[in-house]
Amino acid sequence: MLRLIRYLRNYKKESIIGPLFKMLEAFFELLVPLVVADMIDNGIAKGDKTYIYRAAFIMVLLGVVGLICSLVAQFFAAKASVGFAMELRDDLFAHLNRFSYAELDKAGTSTLVTRMTSDMNQVQAGVNLILRLFLRSPFLVVGALVAAFLVNAKVAIVFAIASPILALIIYGIMVLTIPMYSKVQKAVDRISLATREGLNGVRVIRAFGRQKDETEEFAEDSTHLLKLQKRVGKVSAAMNPLTFVVVNLAIAAIIMQGGEQVDAGVITQGEVIALVNYMTQILNALVALQVLIVTATKGMASAKRVNEILDLQPTVLDKEDGVTLADGSKEDGDHAVAVEFSRVSFVYPGAKEEALTGVSFAVKKGQTVGVIGGTGSAKTSLVNLIPRFYDVTKGAVLVNGVDVKDYPQRELRSKIGIVPQKAVLFSGTIRDNMKWGKEDATDEEINEALCIAQAKEFVDAKEGGLDYCLTQGGKNLSGGQRQRLTIARALVRKPEILILDDSSSALDFATDAALRRALSEKTEGMTVFMVSQRTASLQNADMIIVLEDGEVAGIGTHKELVENCEVYREICQSQVSAEEVGA
Amino acid sequence: MRKKSEHSATVVRVLALIKPYLWLLLLSLLFAVITVVTTLYAPVLTGQAIDHVVSEGNVDFKAITPILFRFLVVVGIMAASSWIMNLCNNRIAFHVVRDLRTKVYAHVQNLPLSYLDTHPNGDTLSRIVTDIDQLSDGLLMGFSQLFTGVVTIGATLGFMLSIHVGIALLVVVLTPVSLFVAAFIAKRTYSLFQAQSKVRAEMTSLVEELVGNQKVVTAFNYEEKAEERFGEVNHRLQKVGLKAVFFSSLTNPCTRFVNGLVYTGVGVFGGFVALTAGPAVLSVGQLSCFLSYANQYTKPFNEISSVITELQNALASAKRVFDLLDEPEQQPDKEDAIKLTEAEGTVELSHVAFSYVPEVPLLKDVTLSVKPGQRVAIVGPTGCGKTTLINLLMRFYDVNRGTIAVDGTDIRDMTRTSLRENFGMVLQETWLKAGTIAENIAYGRPDATMEEIEAAAKASHAHNFIRRLKDGYQTVIAEDGGNLSQGQKQLLCITRVMLCLPPMLILDEATSSIDTRMEVRIQRAFHKMMKGRTSFIVAHRLSTIREADVILVMKDGDIIEQGTHEELLAQGGFYRNLYYSGAPEEQGAE
Repeated sequence: MLRLIRYLRNYKKESIIGPLFKMLEAFFELLVPLVVADMIDNGIAKGDKTYIYRAAFIMVLLGVVGLICSLVAQFFAAKASVGFAMELRDDLFAHLNRFSYAELDKAGTSTLVTRMTSDMNQVQAGVNLILRLFLRSPFLVVGALVAAFLVNAKVAIVFAIASPILALIIYGIMVLTIPMYSKVQKAVDRISLATREGLNGVRVIRAFGRQKDETEEFAEDSTHLLKLQKRVGKVSAAMNPLTFVVVNLAIAAIIMQGGEQVDAGVITQGEVIALVNYMTQILNALVALQVLIVTATKGMASAKRVNEILDLQPTVLDKEDGVTLADGSKEDGDHAVAVEFSRVSFVYPGAKEEALTGVSFAVKKGQTVGVIGGTGSAKTSLVNLIPRFYDVTKGAVLVNGVDVKDYPQRELRSKIGIVPQKAVLFSGTIRDNMKWGKEDATDEEINEALCIAQAKEFVDAKEGGLDYCLTQGGKNLSGGQRQRLTIARALVRKPEILILDDSSSALDFATDAALRRALSEKTEGMTVFMVSQRTASLQNADMIIVLEDGEVAGIGTHKELVENCEVYREICQSQVSAEEVGA
Repeated sequence: MRKKSEHSATVVRVLALIKPYLWLLLLSLLFAVITVVTTLYAPVLTGQAIDHVVSEGNVDFKAITPILFRFLVVVGIMAASSWIMNLCNNRIAFHVVRDLRTKVYAHVQNLPLSYLDTHPNGDTLSRIVTDIDQLSDGLLMGFSQLFTGVVTIGATLGFMLSIHVGIALLVVVLTPVSLFVAAFIAKRTYSLFQAQSKVRAEMTSLVEELVGNQKVVTAFNYEEKAEERFGEVNHRLQKVGLKAVFFSSLTNPCTRFVNGLVYTGVGVFGGFVALTAGPAVLSVGQLSCFLSYANQYTKPFNEISSVITELQNALASAKRVFDLLDEPEQQPDKEDAIKLTEAEGTVELSHVAFSYVPEVPLLKDVTLSVKPGQRVAIVGPTGCGKTTLINLLMRFYDVNRGTIAVDGTDIRDMTRTSLRENFGMVLQETWLKAGTIAENIAYGRPDATMEEIEAAAKASHAHNFIRRLKDGYQTVIAEDGGNLSQGQKQLLCITRVMLCLPPMLILDEATSSIDTRMEVRIQRAFHKMMKGRTSFIVAHRLSTIREADVILVMKDGDIIEQGTHEELLAQGGFYRNLYYSGAPEEQGAE
């Protein structure tokens, strides 16, 4: 948590004023026993009624001043903690926006979402608590100690002995329980996992007749949790009684020691009462502290998780001297090379084996390239290297004759339109979604893209057309409709390179064919990469790259590959009956 | 009125859960009383001791020593009893939760699928995990705070009354003021909190959408726009958050202020009494004792509102858990149900009718006869009842009308487990447990040897990719196979079935994420292994089903065509249409 303190930098004033006023409040609270002592010694003992009036007035006054101080403290603490959280969230969000796919894979997007939301809330609560309440208890303890010394140094020695013992007890129990609590949390997570599995897998569990085993396993997990809970409960339940015993031992000592001092005429009876009150105040402060420790511990754990994300550094970076490049080979006309892979090898971060090995090919501007291969043959990995979502391990990827590492990432990606495998849309109107491709796109441009993507018809049929509102993830559209919209979204910016990553899988054959026809007719000069499982979809491509286990098994047209690529022939055979391939 | 009786019914059921731990509860109550009484008696003793500390040369150590000795004994008893009380409370709460959770989980395993299919898993999950936790917190708080609180209030009152009635009444009258103050603030804060959670929800869904799809954000250079949108919500959250946090933090200082007033009142009034009536009525020591009581007495009042909210939440949670428990379990197997062993594989459906909801009939009148060893493929448009047929074969659901018989016996006359053991089932939705690859493959036969597991994986062509994983067969896979691709998960599910080698097989889109070349190989493997075994195959890809012995074409809950691939094509009906509309390229190729 300490590392996150820098996010308080804009709230220096608030984070000092808050605790300061908290201290003042504690100070005024500590004056009350002195006033009572004075009242007993001078008012009651001497029978002076006006003295009692005055004492009452002072006590109420102290209460009011204390209240005001406390309100001021609360306000500034709230301001600092809420502001702190706001800045931290902003920073965290900006930070993860710089992540490449490698970091996203490592952290996992669902983890990032929890870090941004629930963990952040915990951290905010923790900071607020520390600024507001956590310091109050130590203040009270130290303040009571100082006050005791002012009353009588000899009796105050009792305080000086008791306070460190109390601190030690609390610290010791915290040290013991915090790791135990995290074990409990793990056991709770295990229970959720088991429950989730039991629910999601209900058909398989029943199909294999494993209900009894699953139930037994669950009972074991529950009992394990029970044991851990009881163990930590035993230790943490000792905190209150222990502190209570120490405080009361101290009170007994104060009465004995104080009695001697009174006997010697050094202090008065009222002052002994004040000292006893101070000890009780210390006890109350410590009890309050214990409740807070739990929240603070949670905040601390969350802060650690947030820090893990902040520690994750983006690996795909623009070059320091990343000047905006003029495209090297644009002048060469239509036959210039648009995309070139030169002996590219690629290992996923943390993986053992290469996903792609020694891939080389060159694609001319305006060509349509098919990419085909079995599951796990690295088709997606290959196209993901073009917009530099990952950095290659060996070799180079060139776009328009320039290494992708030499482009500023924004500029490189503005040349490329991508249709990912999973059709992701965002809540908002269809128009909003289309503008992801090009911020200032006109309706005309959008409609043109919709036409090519075979989406115009169904969009027009929707209420409001382009203003039709999509729910989160576009759940109010069918899978095929979503897919066509993601294709249109990529087309709106009229990219130089279009990448379709198996993005017609949810379309029926007729729509797929119409889409391909429109793409080849209406997007002149656009280089298209088409990843597909269907040989039929790729038959008319200018060039087909056949991948097998991350290596190129063949490059050529459909005809060429059928003749001399074994892998390609097998794929064809598995899809179309033998006579047709041979024909 | 009804709500109230529902409420008390829930309370009664919660109490029934505690019943096995009744003696612990009684013990806890006993020690709670001891704790409270000793806690309150301690200040009396210190007060007495202080009364012997009067002034210079006027301190009676002989009187003080035994009092302090007694004081220490009382403190010791208090500490021990409060520790024991806490242990009892922990034990009750944690045990009750464990018992209840295990019971609910076992219940869920026996619920009919019709319940589980129609209720979101997330909801059931939160009942088993979050709600039961909430109940546990409520129980703990109820025992430790509510009960001691009530005892404390009562006992303090008694002690105070025994010392001086007037001052006691003053405390009684003044203390609830802090309760009103707290309630007043809570009411104002509520709307602010609601505003905060609304913005918070807005932020969460924005984060879920943008960060959840960060890859798309990157691909479209949307980062700046995303930061702008996030920043806007973030600033709004800061504004409402400040108000909510500030106002809610007022409760403590305000109640503390009121308590300070009570304290002052007791001090002043007590001072007057001591002054006018003399030490015989109220000694200085008793006054100091009163002052500490004033603090003790107000504490439970300050806590009471949060305890009550907690208890209400706990009851609401308990109700949700009980509702789940009240769902009727599936009809148990008949008492004289037979155990199906090694079925031959004759499957007969006669006039089967079925619907998930009575208003929408799904299967109307399906009759079908499958001979041992036949491969049956089922095709048809989405929603035609293919998967439903499988649900009925596995007896996940029971037919409404008609019968399904395996080897001539109605499946309702056999035990569910034995019926299912005779079917190997692979579904499109892959489900794997968190654990090692080997454990997952051996799910249906936990006693399988490593050799058998590997042999099955080789047969299903999964061995290749497993071998390349970090720890081979011992690689731990995350929940639901997290780090594997969909195709790899399907391969594992197929391997799982291959290891059991049941007499009959059901494949529901089992190879939909596996590339076609691999699929052909797997089919060959199945073909070899399943020789003489009956199998049912549901698939989208027509290439998958062409080699079946009989193809059933289903539409709107009826079997409309039946025959081999060639026969059906020749018939020129629905199948032919489906076949060619699905593959226009094949029609027009060359």
